[in-house]
Amino acid sequence: MQFDPFIIPFNIGLYFILIYIVVRCVIWFLDLSRPDKLRLQRGFFGIAFTQSLKEIFMESLIHRKILKTNLRLGYMHMSLAFGWFLLILFGTIEADIFGAKHLNAPYKAIFFKFFNPEHGRSGFEAVYGFIMDLILAFILSGLLLAVTKRVYSKIVGMKKTTKLKLTDKIALTSLWLIFPSRLLAESFTSGAYGTGSFLTGTLGTWLATFLPAREMAYPFWWLYSTALGTFFILLPISRYMHIPTELFLIFMRNSGIRTGDKAGTYTEVQTYSCSSCGICIDTCQLNYSAGITNIQSAYLMKGIRNSYDISEIADNCLMCGRCDQKCPVGIELSPIRMIQRRGSEAGTDIRNIFKGYLRSRQNAITETIPVSSNYKFLREQDSEKTDVLYFAGCMTHLTPGIKNSMVKILDASGMKFRFMDEEGGVCCGRPLMLAGHDREARELINYNSQMIWKSGAHTLVTSCPICYKVFKESYYLDVEVLHHTQFIRRLIADGYVKMNFLRKRVVYHSPCELGRGSGIYDEPREVLNHVSRLEKTSFEDAESLCCGGSLANMKISSRDRLKISADAAKELTRRNPDILATACPLCKKSFAAATQTRVADISEIVAEALNVGHSKKVNDSRSIILKEIANI
Amino acid sequence: MASNKNKFGFDISLGRQINYDANNRNIAEYLFDKEPSMRRCIECGGCSATCTTAGFTTFSLRELMILIKRGETDEVYMNLKKCMLCGKCTLVCPRGVNTRNIIVLAKKAFQKSDEYAI
Amino acid sequence: MNKHVIVIGGGVAGLEVAGQLSNMGIEVSLIEKEPKTGGHLNKWYKLFPDRRNSSEVQSYLARIVHNNRIKLLTNTTIEKFKKGRGHFYVTTNNGEVLNADAVIVATGFDLFKSARKEEYGYGIYDNVITSADLEEKFQKGDIILKNGAVPETIGIIHCVGSRDEKVGNFYCSKLCCVTAVKQAIEIREFLPDSKVFCFYMDMRMGGAFYEELYREAQEKWGVSFIRGKVSEASETIDNKLTIKVEDTLAGRPLKMKLDMLVLMAGMEMSEGGVRVAGIGGLKTGENRFFAAVDNHTGSNRSNIEGIFYAGTCTAPMNITETISHARAAVVEVIDYLKDGK
Repeated sequence: MQFDPFIIPFNIGLYFILIYIVVRCVIWFLDLSRPDKLRLQRGFFGIAFTQSLKEIFMESLIHRKILKTNLRLGYMHMSLAFGWFLLILFGTIEADIFGAKHLNAPYKAIFFKFFNPEHGRSGFEAVYGFIMDLILAFILSGLLLAVTKRVYSKIVGMKKTTKLKLTDKIALTSLWLIFPSRLLAESFTSGAYGTGSFLTGTLGTWLATFLPAREMAYPFWWLYSTALGTFFILLPISRYMHIPTELFLIFMRNSGIRTGDKAGTYTEVQTYSCSSCGICIDTCQLNYSAGITNIQSAYLMKGIRNSYDISEIADNCLMCGRCDQKCPVGIELSPIRMIQRRGSEAGTDIRNIFKGYLRSRQNAITETIPVSSNYKFLREQDSEKTDVLYFAGCMTHLTPGIKNSMVKILDASGMKFRFMDEEGGVCCGRPLMLAGHDREARELINYNSQMIWKSGAHTLVTSCPICYKVFKESYYLDVEVLHHTQFIRRLIADGYVKMNFLRKRVVYHSPCELGRGSGIYDEPREVLNHVSRLEKTSFEDAESLCCGGSLANMKISSRDRLKISADAAKELTRRNPDILATACPLCKKSFAAATQTRVADISEIVAEALNVGHSKKVNDSRSIILKEIANI
Repeated sequence: MASNKNKFGFDISLGRQINYDANNRNIAEYLFDKEPSMRRCIECGGCSATCTTAGFTTFSLRELMILIKRGETDEVYMNLKKCMLCGKCTLVCPRGVNTRNIIVLAKKAFQKSDEYAI
Repeated sequence: MNKHVIVIGGGVAGLEVAGQLSNMGIEVSLIEKEPKTGGHLNKWYKLFPDRRNSSEVQSYLARIVHNNRIKLLTNTTIEKFKKGRGHFYVTTNNGEVLNADAVIVATGFDLFKSARKEEYGYGIYDNVITSADLEEKFQKGDIILKNGAVPETIGIIHCVGSRDEKVGNFYCSKLCCVTAVKQAIEIREFLPDSKVFCFYMDMRMGGAFYEELYREAQEKWGVSFIRGKVSEASETIDNKLTIKVEDTLAGRPLKMKLDMLVLMAGMEMSEGGVRVAGIGGLKTGENRFFAAVDNHTGSNRSNIEGIFYAGTCTAPMNITETISHARAAVVEVIDYLKDGK
């Protein structure tokens, strides 16, 4: 008795999904750019492969990162993923050892109990049966948590649970049915034959006392097979596609493939790897300060997968990057959002369910169309020669405190410097990029680059992290770009300026574009430590908050911005510091409107601590700066 | 001026008068719907005063917004494109008008209506 | 009537309330956080619309304190507040516990802290001052710049901290327009060779004789009015100030060099008021001022029976309105003391 019609749904589902995934992978691979193909090939035969196996085990099965952020949520994911994996592994071994022959078809392992109801009587068999029951119990405990999470999401420590669409609901229901139906099917069979271990045996014996176990078992085996089959068939159009996709994501990432600025295979693999775990929702300040609950990255990924019109979602984000940091799958959420902003053409919902099996339009590779110049009015200007060029930035013109402090510091340093935008210059281009208008941004970048080249400066200093990031990443310059915190740190280290110590307790807010965006955490802190009593907050470095003022969000109202600023300021000033320090004019403005605590830019604190009498005045600043560069 | 031609093809020159009844204010309605804060503008000119682009060329967001509201949109699109989206206007606006979103939406709307015109 | 009423705040409203109640034979304790009563008025030079000397009103208020047997507690703030069976127990910072039948809150307003509008450079640039600073200069009689020179061109910015969502104040402070006009005239009076420019969003001249003052400023004193919100000020190398504004009526951006910039700081709920609201459990509105139970017929009544409001702790008001509001509070208290128990 090695075949029964009830296995048909399972077999259809299984072979469908296997073929689907193979085909999909081939398409993904073919769509990769040439360098990425090479990366992948090299990765396959290199160290990336073992790294990936390790990561797949730690993240896809154990879910280490989710466990770290949220123990109960992690357990839920782990019990389902790792438990199911163990069940398949041990089930296959069981079928291999105890089955009629070796190397069985998958269904024989999955439905082992049905085909071998008498199994489990001998000692060794019983021990094995115990292990199988233990694994099932492990999965069921996680499942119980998952069901409760749907009903009452706070139990697993989440503020919000992700909203579902219809296919997700059916897929979810079939997933939920798989293990209870297996439990009941196995229990009835065990009850009928007097086998089974502590779980299936006990339950089976008890059920057999008042139910006809042998007759009851069969429908549950059908249910088990149908649930599995349905789940597999719906997998590609449900969020559970993340289970197979994540494996490829890990492998691709370890091979050195990155998102870049265009859609394609890697963004598609990433969007399908999102498990909608909801950690990005919890970490989002728009959610917990402003009550905006429909734009978080999990919804963006879902929108892309389903070709929804996601322009509103894509634009309504501060791009603070907190979710990128927290995403347990390591999806590059912000770069993907940027890609969506660039291709802002509105899509349409997938009405036809079968289209879900195909590529979504947002993941298609787009081409840019050349358009005429928007900024013809920008005339070429002559530029006076200088050593240090200072670009205050548009926003800094609204915070004269920062501008004046920088002038004071630069004066004290004795360096030959000049403003690039004393009367207001051309925007750096990053705000346009954040809105998805890269082509326009490029025009401004070209204009500013000209100005910088002509100045002959060896160092470009800016006070605005937004400008800093774009100077650093999108300009092709032969000058060294420094944020003023880096510049000040050098001035102090090289003795260009001498500082007094301010007896002030200071906390530091790391601006998104400078910290998470550009990886600059140390220099600001070192400067503050040098001139004041720097204290820690609960939001240091990568954990830092967004001030709410971010230019990246096109949609948010000023009232909602204020809510975010107020919450963030409240958290940062919990221990009543004298000064809330930051290193960005926009952060400064946002916080100044939201707290009674004094808000100051690092440059202002440094200017206050400046010991003007003792600075070493030198005319040739170039030699020292060059020495610095040589040291790096 | 959107349309001074009546159905007989006569060209009645009304000079600088805004022909409110004849003008099409679809774009204004679209923007009011998508970004309601545009209704709150009190024409203080703070945005135009602080504007980065206005340092180089004639550009006044305040003026462009009122022209859109009146349906006098002939030269608005061409001018809107000059914006660098730097965001100073948003920071300065005393009424919390979400200026950057208005500009981006308006550009999109004009682009669409241009496409339809062709 | 053998009753005791505590008045919190010794400004115009508090003094008027205290005086009137005392006149009626009610025992009054007046709590003032400063060493001297009189509030903001002490710092003011002349009053709109008739530009009479503020000392006249000050001496009227001083007489109230002098002529009546008011228990005056200066340098005093409230630390604790308790209500029990028609009685209020107020503990001061000196540890004294006052027992009263009713309380009148007259904590007044604070001027908007202009440094919060950093783009105007108050506290950063030498010659950016507030309307209150200018009154002080008037009192001293020397309108000079930081370097001792006499200013020739002076700009006045309206609506600093009023009607500004970016500082969280949605409301109009309603006195700044007329104050600007008054101060513009006074500057011209002191410095006949000077030029004065007012930068406004709207001219709100709603009070009696305000419009007349506006006309006088234009006609007699040659004050210029430019419609546009100043977005930012900066300092030039020759120690002058440049402002950026759009002349919205000309439809073009306008740049102007000035010697001195005067910021018309708006009115905000006072910090003392915020404290009292917290201690006493009093409701405040979206504008952070105390919220009266009825804007039309009960603007003196608070959400707690027996506690009343007087003056600018409920909304921006001029002196005339403050005194009327204070007198209305007296009527409410008398009513309450008569049959409230």
